[in-house]
Amino acid sequence: MKNIFRTLALFSILAFIPLSGHAQCKSFAKKVCKLELLPYVHDGIYNATVLSEGETVELFKTFYSGQEYRLSVCGDEKLPPIEFQVLDADKNVLYDNKDNNFAKSWDFTLEASQMLVISIQVQTSDELSDEIAEGCVSVLVGFLNVEDSFDQY
Amino acid sequence: MVYLKNIFTMAFIGTALFLSSCGNGGQNNVIEDEIDDSINEEEMVVNNLDKAKQVFYSLPSPIETAMLMKRAGAKYNEEFLNSIENLPNYTTTKSMALNLGVYSADLSFASMFDQSQASIKYLTSTKKLAENLGILNAVEQSTVKRMEGNVNNRDSLMEIISETLMNSNSFLKENDRAEVAALILTGGWIEGLYIATKIAKSTSSNKELVNRIIDQRLSLKTLNSLLEEYKDDENIASIYEDLQKISALYEKVEVTTSKIETEEVEGKSTVLKSNSQVSITDEVFDNICATVDEVRNNITK
Repeated sequence: MKNIFRTLALFSILAFIPLSGHAQCKSFAKKVCKLELLPYVHDGIYNATVLSEGETVELFKTFYSGQEYRLSVCGDEKLPPIEFQVLDADKNVLYDNKDNNFAKSWDFTLEASQMLVISIQVQTSDELSDEIAEGCVSVLVGFLNVEDSFDQY
Repeated sequence: MVYLKNIFTMAFIGTALFLSSCGNGGQNNVIEDEIDDSINEEEMVVNNLDKAKQVFYSLPSPIETAMLMKRAGAKYNEEFLNSIENLPNYTTTKSMALNLGVYSADLSFASMFDQSQASIKYLTSTKKLAENLGILNAVEQSTVKRMEGNVNNRDSLMEIISETLMNSNSFLKENDRAEVAALILTGGWIEGLYIATKIAKSTSSNKELVNRIIDQRLSLKTLNSLLEEYKDDENIASIYEDLQKISALYEKVEVTTSKIETEEVEGKSTVLKSNSQVSITDEVFDNICATVDEVRNNITK
C-alpha cells in the first residue's frame, strides 16, 4: 500500500515538472525581457517558449505606420546568443541583430503598415558538450505612448 | 505483486503521455527529435538543423488599437462600448472569453481617453470574467486599488492594463488553453474594429481612421492563421466563419505597397520606408462596417 502511494506521489511530482518550467518563462518574460522595453509600453501580448540550441521560432505581427515600436528578444543566460531577424512578407531581411553584436532590442517606425516576420534562432554553442543548452526565449513588443497625432507620410 | 506492477506501469505510461502532451504547448512543432544520450557529435549537428520551428501569431493588443484610434483623431463615445449590464449574459466559455476581449478593448479605449470612472467599471468587469474563466490572478484586487489610485495617470493605467492582458494570456497559454486566449484576442480585435467603424461613420473628417480600418486587413490575416490552428474546436468554428465574411470584403480593397527600404539614423529609430496606395469604394467600406457591426453584436448580445 505504501508503494502505491509512493508511486502516485512520484507521478504527481513528475506530472507538474513541465508546468513549473513554463511558469518560469512567464516570470522570465516579465522580470527580464519586459525591462528591455522601457520606456516603451508593452502591448500586453505574451510570447515566450522554451528553446534549445539551434531551434527557431517565428512571430508574425502587423506593425502600423507612424507608431514608434521597440522589439525586444531575450534568452535565458544559459543559452548561447539569440539571433533575430526582421523580415518583410517576401522574406527580405530588414534587420539582423547579428550585425549589431546580438543586440536585445530594436527601435523602428514604418511609413506604411506592414505584416512583418520576426525570425528568432538560438545559436549553437562553440563548446563541445553532450548536453544541449535549453532555456526560455521571449519576444515582446512595445510602443511609445504619445499624445500627438500621426505624421502624415 | 502483479497488481503493484500494473499500477507502476500505468503511472509510468500516464506520466510519459502527460509529458509529451505538455511539450506541444499548442504550437506548431514540425519535427521533434529526441536526443539519445549516446548520440555522437556529428549526429547532434544534423539534429540541430532539423529542430522544430514554432510559430507565434501576434495580434494588435487592445491597448495598441486604442492608441492607434486616438492618434487617428477618434473622439470618445461611451455609447459605442459594450454596456457592463450585459455581463450576467455571459455564461459559456465562448461568450465569456470573447467578451473578456471586448471589455479589455473597452477598458483600453476608456483609459486612453482619460475616462477614469469608465476605466474602473470595465476593469471590474474584466476581473469578473477572468475569474469566471478560471484565470488565476489576471486582475488582482490590489490592481483595482492601484487603478483607483492612478486614475489621472495614463502611463500607469496603460501599464496596469498591459500587465492584466499579459497575466491572462500567459496563464492560458501555459495551462494548455491557448484556444481560450485566441478567443479573447478575437473579441478584443472585433471590438477595436467595431469602435473604429462606429466613430468613422459618425465623423466627417475621418481619412486617417478609415486608413486604420483598412490596415486591419493585415492583422485579420494573422488572426485567421491563429484561429485556423483551432478551427475544429466548436467554440472557435463559428467565429472563424464570421471572420471569413469580413475577410472576403477586405479582399475587395485594392492595395499596392512598394518594397521596404530601411533608413538608419544614428541614435534614432530605424525608418522602414515604403509607399502604400489604397483604393476602397464606399460600398465596400459600408459593407465592412455593417458586417463588423453584425459580428460584434452577435458576440455581445
